[in-house]
Amino acid sequence: MDLITNLSLGFSVAFTLTNLLYAFVGCLLGTLIGVLPGIGPVATIAMLLPTTYALPPVSALIMLAGIYYGAQYGGSTTAILVNLPGEASSVVTVIDGYQMARQGRAGPALAAAGLGSFAAGCVGTLLLAAFAIPLTEVAFKFGPAEYFSLMILGLIGAVVLASGSLIKAVAMILLGLLMGTMGTDLNSGSERFTMGIPELTDGVGFIVIAMGLFGYGEIINNLSKHASERTVFSTSVKGLMPTKEDFRNMLPAVLRGTTLGSVLGILPGGGAVMASFAAYTLEKKTKLRPGEVPFGKGNIRGVAAPEAANNAASQTSFIPLLTLGIPPNAVMALMVGAMTIHNIQPGPQVMTSDPTLFWGLIASMWIGNLMLVILNLPLIGVWIKLLTVPYRWLFPAIMLFCAIGVYSTNNTTFDIWTVGILGVIGYLFIKLGLESAPLLLGYILGPMMEEYLRRALLLSRGDWSIFVTRGLSASLLAIAVILIVIVTLPAIKKKREETFVED
Amino acid sequence: MIVKSQKDFYSGLMFMAVGVAFAWGASGQRVGDGANMGPGYFPLILGTLLAILGGVILLNSLLLKTEDGEKVGRIAWKPLVFIIAANLIFGVAVGGLPSLNIPPMGLIVGVYALTFIASLASEEFNFKAVAVLATVLAIINYLAFVVLLNLQFPVWPTFITG
Repeated sequence: MDLITNLSLGFSVAFTLTNLLYAFVGCLLGTLIGVLPGIGPVATIAMLLPTTYALPPVSALIMLAGIYYGAQYGGSTTAILVNLPGEASSVVTVIDGYQMARQGRAGPALAAAGLGSFAAGCVGTLLLAAFAIPLTEVAFKFGPAEYFSLMILGLIGAVVLASGSLIKAVAMILLGLLMGTMGTDLNSGSERFTMGIPELTDGVGFIVIAMGLFGYGEIINNLSKHASERTVFSTSVKGLMPTKEDFRNMLPAVLRGTTLGSVLGILPGGGAVMASFAAYTLEKKTKLRPGEVPFGKGNIRGVAAPEAANNAASQTSFIPLLTLGIPPNAVMALMVGAMTIHNIQPGPQVMTSDPTLFWGLIASMWIGNLMLVILNLPLIGVWIKLLTVPYRWLFPAIMLFCAIGVYSTNNTTFDIWTVGILGVIGYLFIKLGLESAPLLLGYILGPMMEEYLRRALLLSRGDWSIFVTRGLSASLLAIAVILIVIVTLPAIKKKREETFVED
Repeated sequence: MIVKSQKDFYSGLMFMAVGVAFAWGASGQRVGDGANMGPGYFPLILGTLLAILGGVILLNSLLLKTEDGEKVGRIAWKPLVFIIAANLIFGVAVGGLPSLNIPPMGLIVGVYALTFIASLASEEFNFKAVAVLATVLAIINYLAFVVLLNLQFPVWPTFITG
């Protein structure tokens, strides 16, 4: 079996003592930062990226995978404990998770999230390994027109599921794409939008953007609220293990969540977000067992299913990234940036040119999941302590990590100034009700889109109809259009708004 | 004419301004055509689209009714100023400011400066507590970034280390 030989190759890479150590450290750091209130996974990963610079590529990616899972888990923890979803995909976890925490059942809720994610992660890893080869072969059939259309679909998919106004999200994508064009144009060598500033010839660094918009912007916004408005964790956590009854309720929910998540995650676009919402809706439609707590009042299925779904989806969303090189969400966009820093261009060629890295990464994802369970469940007490640290001590520390991290990337103070400016812009975005995640996604995809557009139009001698005359490209664009039409339908639009304001 | 959503009104204005700026900047480059795209081609399209979308958002903010007028709300000047100032001073401390003949003061000075100035942004400022925090952060950062990760930083002021 190819699958088994490949996976064992991967595990032989990942199961060395040093790499296990990096996975462990990554998980630990990721959770440590991710659990701090007000810092989502994007900011966490951006902050911790510089810590991987010195490592060899495989170890760095393994550590990043650890950071990624740790950050995500940290996000779910804050969702459950302080009613603060770290990212869109844990928005639904808040509904029942926080209720459970208020009833003193935070322990079982956290365990349900952890175990559910692990189960889903196992399935997701297998699927990823199984689908990687056939999809990579498809990827080689993709021409530039298909890639361009796929990116359009990916960008549209990522925003139709986001909260808030669709048109504003699309505008943010465009802004991100434009920011991606800043710096030297690779094709002609001429400088674009650098305003004569020499430091801008390489464009604005993506870590700078991520930290400015997600780190500083959030800090300013948090500080503008009165201390009492910042939800502080005050309930105690008694007992960690779910009861037998909990397990009986959880198990089918986890299975349903995993299935939904695996399928939805493969689709380009915000797989994890869509998966967690769909899983929650499905659980709500499933009949309550006698004596079960209703949804919205602290039902453990309302935590287990969406958490399993979003983890399965984030696992399978690596499929488009690794096989096509297209990041489906902002976190994956950061991973692309990280890979580029380590001189790896994500895409179909990675698997053939560097199989140890490819399969090592896949194996390390599973290890990352495992680490989370063995690391985080016993350490939940410690993470909870972290949540009680007053914000006035936290934010200078966060700022410092951002500033040092940014400086160490290029050893230039110019980047520190830029982060400051972007922090102001990030705060402005929050004030105007604009989301920064689509911008980051556009920023990462911008240069790739331009390149594929150039090649596609070169092949067609400047004829734009190439995007609709080629079957595959046309169907990808059609799906994008259908997505937009669906969310703008009045009935769905209302439903979408309801989901996001629920409870 | 009444603005029905203040947030959208300003967002629309911003997108239009930025879109026009990018499109204008792009048109100064060689634009070329589809078969032979110049550096200005892609940004010109994007900038134009952004300006159009901004216009639509602006129009919507004037036409579509919202419940509360979606006010932008008070700008938190105090955190904004102190956070950005702390950030700038940290940059000066680490890198110095050659144009003003300010030598690099190093990481440790930077940590103290950033912590103190940033803490002023908070409602509760306690000199002693901040001093303790800054010391702890200085030690952690020194150990983590300089000792453990071996990143190249000026740690102490250059006039001491020479």
